[in-house]
Amino acid sequence: MEITGATAVIRALEDQGVDVMFGHPGGAILPAYDPMLDSSIRHILARHEQGAGHMAEGYAHATGRVGVCIATSGPGGTNLTTALADAYMDSVPIVAITGQVPTAAVGGDAFQEADITGITMPITKHNEMITEPERIAPAIAEAFHIASTGRPGPVLIDLPKDVLNATFEYQPADGLALPGYRPTTRGHGKMVRQAVAEILAAERPVIYAGGGVIKANGSEGLRRLAETANLPVVTTLMARGALPDSHPQHLGMPGMHGHWTAVTAMQKSDLLIALGARFDDRVTGKLGSFAPGARVIHVDVDPAEIGKNRAVDVPIVGDAGIVIEQMCEALDAALASGQRAPDLSGWWRTLAEWQAEHPLHDTQEPGGVLKPQTVLRALSEKLDGEGIVVTGVGQHQMWASQLIRYEQPRTWINSGGLGTMGFCVPAAIGAKVGRPDLPVIAVDGDGSFQMTLQELATARSENIPVVFCIINNGSLGMVRQWQELFYDERYSAIDLGFDVPDFVKLADAYGMPGYRCDNAAEVEATLDKALGVADGPVIIDFRCDQTEKVFPMVPAGASNDDIIESAEEWYEQVRAGAEAAPAGDGEPGGHALPEHLREGNVV
Amino acid sequence: MHTLSVLVENKPGVLARVAGLFSRRGFNIDSLAVGPTEVDDISRMTIVVDAETQSIEQITKQLNKLVHIIKIVELSEDEAVTRELWFVKVAAEGRTRGEVIELAEVFRAKVVDVDVDAVTLEATGSTDKLNALVRLLGPYGIRELVRSGTIAVGRGSRSITEGRSLRLERSA
Repeated sequence: MEITGATAVIRALEDQGVDVMFGHPGGAILPAYDPMLDSSIRHILARHEQGAGHMAEGYAHATGRVGVCIATSGPGGTNLTTALADAYMDSVPIVAITGQVPTAAVGGDAFQEADITGITMPITKHNEMITEPERIAPAIAEAFHIASTGRPGPVLIDLPKDVLNATFEYQPADGLALPGYRPTTRGHGKMVRQAVAEILAAERPVIYAGGGVIKANGSEGLRRLAETANLPVVTTLMARGALPDSHPQHLGMPGMHGHWTAVTAMQKSDLLIALGARFDDRVTGKLGSFAPGARVIHVDVDPAEIGKNRAVDVPIVGDAGIVIEQMCEALDAALASGQRAPDLSGWWRTLAEWQAEHPLHDTQEPGGVLKPQTVLRALSEKLDGEGIVVTGVGQHQMWASQLIRYEQPRTWINSGGLGTMGFCVPAAIGAKVGRPDLPVIAVDGDGSFQMTLQELATARSENIPVVFCIINNGSLGMVRQWQELFYDERYSAIDLGFDVPDFVKLADAYGMPGYRCDNAAEVEATLDKALGVADGPVIIDFRCDQTEKVFPMVPAGASNDDIIESAEEWYEQVRAGAEAAPAGDGEPGGHALPEHLREGNVV
Repeated sequence: MHTLSVLVENKPGVLARVAGLFSRRGFNIDSLAVGPTEVDDISRMTIVVDAETQSIEQITKQLNKLVHIIKIVELSEDEAVTRELWFVKVAAEGRTRGEVIELAEVFRAKVVDVDVDAVTLEATGSTDKLNALVRLLGPYGIRELVRSGTIAVGRGSRSITEGRSLRLERSA
């Protein structure tokens, strides 16, 4: 029987096992919205296409399955681009379906036309404009395969309206025609054995676990590898939850706002075992002085990551989960044959001393102004390792990563690589849709929240019970922190005010309960109230100290050796630098920055 | 200079994907030549890149990530024949026309067009040889220079279009 291209799209998505998609209709994609009414696939109407894109990401992060979003041509597609770029940077498997003007009109500046395949070329793993209906099913099958295998990522399928309206004899996709796409999944045996030999020779080894471990479902293997060889582990911002935070071998998060011991362990290490991590500038600090004494084993499914930023001694291309298993087997074999690892007790003693000397600071004073950290510590207690935390981007994100205890993979969801403010609200909705069995807490900043808060309407009308905790400091806190420390307290464009909007009234406007809490004594009770709302979304406005800063911090461009734990420490460094080399010019602003941090390549 | 012979699926936008990748990752293309191969649906791009050895590795790795790229081979100078084709329009009239044509013969260039005050030559060869030709023609006055991208082929009987990877049949 002949069907339309639009029906074929929906059928092809059903064939891929899609149960939900997030989208927003419009002219060019209209034909696909009709057969949707007869489909088993649930469509969730986002209020903005960016929201739909982040929902698909949240769903994919939480479930490990491919998230699907759908939008119309022109602005529909361009509004998806931030989510696509985000998914590209963080290797999130999503498929985006966009409408396009009819093929005959393509290139003619038609109404709502945008060259979306051209626009998204640098921010998708792959994309395709379909020009004949027979191509719909194979293209969608290929899109799901490409999005979810190798290094996962976003794939976009662009569908001109005439292709959607054409009728033809539908054939489900059989097989894939991708001669240029063959990701390597198994590591090279010789390299794996070499890696194990390095591990058995190292005196100060550290496992540097990245987001790839979670994407590759390698958490169990990671734990086994770490325990078998008694290795300390750090988990990056993308890998929080890959090893339980309660695990005694877990040193915490490395990087710009990482735990002092995690950062310093890498600096002093003689062997870094990088698993599904990419030596991002936020982890390495100044690259030239990053872990100067370490040999490097680098396991990554993307060969282009190996050697990109840091020279590698043992390169292993492969799926992190599979390679970790191979490493465990090779390690077991080596130990069974009588090989012994060096005694790491000295290294562990050092690490324990550092942990004791350098805890995360608690600045809350009884009866004093509410500190954001207090909220996150209390939330961590309440969740006790159960539930999913989703954040936006900024100070609240760093505190949520540092202070909440993560015990399971896929329970921490954030925007790492692109640093997308506005990620939280829609991603939390998508996560809850994917994992309705778990509580989902959206921890957002007041700035980040306002970038996508229109999706509160989606949460309300689709009845998606997310607890939105706004860490409200009335300002763009991270920018404020940089201006305070690095621009001589010259605050520029950071003031949001505590009262616009009134988040409690906003909750009311969106038909959900809203609570306010501005003192430490009431945090727990307020969280209890909000977590008790099981049947729909709820908002808490936590009004917090505006001047609170995230520490530890490695200033952008500085070496990880120069990690600071307080503002005072930073000003001491600046004073010492000024005395050593007095700055002559009276350039306003920026002169708090030491010379070496003003280099052109500082991000 | 590095010469990359890149086999691609002949799909819309594949040139834009390759060009875009070079520009956004900050790599420079020195020359580019694209054309079909003896295999249906597969085209070859010959790309000459000015890059350090370390970045050429990163370039090929990034290129390999493009789904429509099937195979990349770097052709080293001593293991490959490389050629360019140039058209050189030279000012020439009366007495100088003979001299220009004589020079062309030395370089095995062909005269492809003659006008009262100009001669157009077609020359093929390595970049060095063609540069020498143009240097010698310089004093007569170069009116126009049109250069193709470099193309290259590996020496010996082996072919980079051979092999299982190039069969476009469907496979799971």
